[in-house]
Amino acid sequence: MSPDFVLLGFGPDGWGLALLRAGLLTVAVSVAAFICGIILGTFLAWARVGRSRLLRVVAEVYSVVLRGVPDILVIYLFYFGGRQVVTVIGTTLGFAGPFDISGFVAGMLAIGLISGAYQGEVLRGAYQALPKGTLEAGLVVGMSRWTLFRRVIAPQAMVTAIPGLGNQWQSVIKESALVSVTGLVEIMRQVTVAAGSTQEHFLFYGAGAVLYLVITTISGQVFMLIERRSLRGHPSGARR
Amino acid sequence: MTNSFTIEVLEKLLVGLPLTLNLSFFSLLGGGCLALLLNLMRVTKIGNAIGSAFVFLFRGSPLLVQIFMIYYGLASFGFIRHSFLWPFFREPYWCGLLALILNDAAYTSEILRGGLRAVPKGAVEAARVSGMSWPTVFRRVVLPLAFRQAMPAYSSEVISMIKATALVSTVTLMEVTGIARALVSETWRAVEIFLCAAAIYLVLSLIVSRTFTWLEHRLSPWQFKVSR
Repeated sequence: MSPDFVLLGFGPDGWGLALLRAGLLTVAVSVAAFICGIILGTFLAWARVGRSRLLRVVAEVYSVVLRGVPDILVIYLFYFGGRQVVTVIGTTLGFAGPFDISGFVAGMLAIGLISGAYQGEVLRGAYQALPKGTLEAGLVVGMSRWTLFRRVIAPQAMVTAIPGLGNQWQSVIKESALVSVTGLVEIMRQVTVAAGSTQEHFLFYGAGAVLYLVITTISGQVFMLIERRSLRGHPSGARR
Repeated sequence: MTNSFTIEVLEKLLVGLPLTLNLSFFSLLGGGCLALLLNLMRVTKIGNAIGSAFVFLFRGSPLLVQIFMIYYGLASFGFIRHSFLWPFFREPYWCGLLALILNDAAYTSEILRGGLRAVPKGAVEAARVSGMSWPTVFRRVVLPLAFRQAMPAYSSEVISMIKATALVSTVTLMEVTGIARALVSETWRAVEIFLCAAAIYLVLSLIVSRTFTWLEHRLSPWQFKVSR
């Protein structure tokens, strides 16, 4: 049996365009989830280094729970559970059903919440590696807390956090494959559909794997460039 | 959420626990052996190329794709359907387990590589000088040191493998997540059921992480004495 590569092309029988579109959707949902995750992670890191004992415990419990539960369960919970919650809210407000929640939003939120737990740890580590003198210096010259965060904490912490965030980005891309269970037509869903309709399972799942490899490889290179750029001005290679 | 319903759901979900544990155990065992083999292969140049290609492929693509590729993909090849391997590739259990083993091997081999790198050259030289054969050096010096070094990273790999077993529910295996999905499609009470399933995984991963913390304290006590 020889795989029919015309099926992967852009011709009338080819799935090329559909796969490309699915690839873009995978990148889109991953970027959205990653941004959710980094915002949530920042707040979690803040809570964990802050003075409030309650917030610290809440943040710790959050990261333990989200790191101990399978990602696919979180996505199921958001998609099916989200629908249940939306239905309850909708009926109490007097709207007529049926209610549904978009796969994109459910997937983005679910992956963002998982990724946030991990990114929080990365960012907390980065904050704790800051030289304390620079924070004190910032306070002494009269910076407000926001200015201090924007001009002293964030730029320095980012340098330490970039490799860890890069790893997180890679796993966000791979987790986005799970969003296919919600019916969102990203790579995984598209190759399943294509494999089902052409009966070329190995060819299409292989193509899916290659697409993911292309995305992870390219973004790995991008992160390497960012890392190199963030290190400009530092003595070569020797970081702290 | 009524209490009796929760207990009923938990009872039904726990039926899937043996399969979840079985898959976690054997994927870690198989993955660990394969990872050791991969690291031994890396001594030669060709072996190194094969090893790093393997790691690149299995770490760069999602596990779900790998499971589907093995379960649905391999079945579309006639020569596999007609070979002695077919009884294995027909079963979702073996396909799921194979995918988990290969995936785990890729991650574990990198963790182990880090551990092996951290073995001091002097320790190996001392062992050689005192007349140990290479297998003995490996068994009594290199591996214990490497394993201790790799422990913290390996504990999170164990937890992520337990979580990864949830994915084989997509190829009809009825472990905890598979049962949870079936229950949801019967009762439509998604929130309660999935939360129960999540609680089971959470307890498992807490047990694993506690065990590893205890092991680390046992194996490298000097690292923790300072804070006591």
